[in-house]
Amino acid sequence: MNINLTMIGQAIAFFIFVVFCMKYVWPPIMEALKERQKKIADGLDAADRASRDLDLAQEKAKQELREAKVQAAELIEQANKRSTQIVEEAKEQAREEGDRLVVAAKAEIEQESNRAKEALRAEVAAIAVAGAEKILQTSIDSNVHGDLLNKLAAEL
Amino acid sequence: MAGETLTASSYIQHHLQNLTYGNHPEGGWMFAHTAQEAKEMGFWAIHVDTMGWSIALGVLFLWLFRSAAKKATTGVPGGLQNFVEIMIEFVDNSVKETFHGRNKVIAPLALTIFCWVFLMNFMDLIPVDFLPRLAQIITGNEHLYFRVVPTTDLNATLGMAFSVFALIVYYSIKVKGVSGFIGELTLQPFGKWMIPFNLLLEGVGLIAKPISLALRLFGNLYAGELIFILIALMPLWIQWALSVPWAIFHILVIVLQAFIFMMLTIVYLSMAHEDH
Repeated sequence: MNINLTMIGQAIAFFIFVVFCMKYVWPPIMEALKERQKKIADGLDAADRASRDLDLAQEKAKQELREAKVQAAELIEQANKRSTQIVEEAKEQAREEGDRLVVAAKAEIEQESNRAKEALRAEVAAIAVAGAEKILQTSIDSNVHGDLLNKLAAEL
Repeated sequence: MAGETLTASSYIQHHLQNLTYGNHPEGGWMFAHTAQEAKEMGFWAIHVDTMGWSIALGVLFLWLFRSAAKKATTGVPGGLQNFVEIMIEFVDNSVKETFHGRNKVIAPLALTIFCWVFLMNFMDLIPVDFLPRLAQIITGNEHLYFRVVPTTDLNATLGMAFSVFALIVYYSIKVKGVSGFIGELTLQPFGKWMIPFNLLLEGVGLIAKPISLALRLFGNLYAGELIFILIALMPLWIQWALSVPWAIFHILVIVLQAFIFMMLTIVYLSMAHEDH
């Protein structure tokens, strides 16, 4: 085994390789590695943020839903109240109308009965006169006794 | 594969001889034809196979990672980018666990060491005769020496280890100053009345770092390759029964050695950054 110039040649080659590696191989790959690490870290961050946002949105949606439910319940209650009110009003109106009709009918009945009484009175007078004529066998001057008879009729 | 005169020892020796190009005292600049010639060339010679394979593998590593780096997206990564990112994250984590200062060099340095050493070690898993035989056929030279595992060449591991050593010294001086570094070498562990002894102790400790770094990697891979060569000497019908388990075990070794080289580099450099 001879020690010779090869040793120095090897050292020179080694030196050149190391310098080349240091200048052209190491930095770009390290750069790429670091950048990828950063990218992945950013991506994970973004994912975290997105899931947090999702949680918030879900919470918000739930709250809105709750509010909507409360509102709907309120509306239904109002509507119910209003409907009962309307029914009450309608009932009131109907009763009033019925009363009015009853009053009108009563008035008419009164009127009718008065008219019938009137007619009866007239007829009763005539019948009474006729009866009296028969009884007395004489004709009664209706002109003379007319007042009397009318009085009688009015008393009926 | 040395022709008719093939014996076990010549086969092994042939496999352990690098393709050497250098200045021979008699023949001038040429490829060494024998181990003796290679030895005679002394320091001014170069192992062409070691250099070629290590540079080719280093370029392969950088090309692969560079092509991933160019297309690097922050979106969904493709297959290659995934692989490259896994490697880089692994190295980056290893560095961060051990080294707590701020230094732009250490992490890419560790990545380069790990991938490059792994690729060089990986050549050990290619059957021992395959690439050398291919080279012999291509060049037409039956006696061509050709070793494909750069980390089984002590020069390669020493070259890397001394580079790391230079960085250790550089950062020690940069962080602690010249006086701080010298103080660290001389004033501990026994105070200023024992300076020569301290210097000896710390100096050995300092020199041991690159030497152990280089020898550990070299020793493991050299031994592994030697076993593969020995297995290749066995009868053909039994080879698979030995080489397959050894190769599977060796997968562990090549990754582990690459990892150890990287980790020790990180540890040494982080020690260089620390004040005692």
